[in-house]
Amino acid sequence: MSAQVLSWSLVVAQAMLALALTCAASRMLWGPRAQDRVVGLDTFYVNAMLLLLTLGIQSGRTLYFEAALVIALIGFVGTVALAKFLMRGEVIE
Amino acid sequence: MMPGMELPAWAALLTAVLLVLGAGLALTGSLGLLRLGSFYERVHAPTLGTTLGTAFVSSASAICFSVLQTRPVLHEILILVFITVTTPVTLMLLVRAALFRDRAEATSMMPGGTQSRGVRTHRPPDP
Repeated sequence: MSAQVLSWSLVVAQAMLALALTCAASRMLWGPRAQDRVVGLDTFYVNAMLLLLTLGIQSGRTLYFEAALVIALIGFVGTVALAKFLMRGEVIE
Repeated sequence: MMPGMELPAWAALLTAVLLVLGAGLALTGSLGLLRLGSFYERVHAPTLGTTLGTAFVSSASAICFSVLQTRPVLHEILILVFITVTTPVTLMLLVRAALFRDRAEATSMMPGGTQSRGVRTHRPPDP
């Protein structure tokens, strides 16, 4: 019974995270200005990381955790570089 | 293969509740990002998902793997700490860039419009 509850909650959580990914992707596509698109990208990678964590719980392997950690690292660097680009017009000066 | 088969009932239920709560918070934040009106309102909606959502989902993962392997598996704390530390940094950089761009263009999309204090800082005070 509790195993069924866990598997259904995994499916529900993955559906919710997929919907959140869709929201962030549509803000990234139709954001009126550049900073809206960058906020959409930030939300997108965090939601993708949460989705990878739920996939890791579902499959019972710790491989997904490392992918989630790499996504968190690369996403932070990407968002900071894009914010720097919006501020100054170039990333490395 | 489902790990829920070997999990005891309390751990499975706790993991399920934490997962649904975290995913619901992330969904709420992303809906706020989609629905709110201006950029300065939109920029703080996803932080709901990045702080509490990440905390709930990573603690669900930590509980699940700790019970499965019968030893403390705490490497999800890494993700939690990293996301919690970096989210304010990225959003502050982004909002400063957006303020800079709005001031450079002098649009009325800023909070308070062109009458806000940010634009008037370089003007001499009225007599």
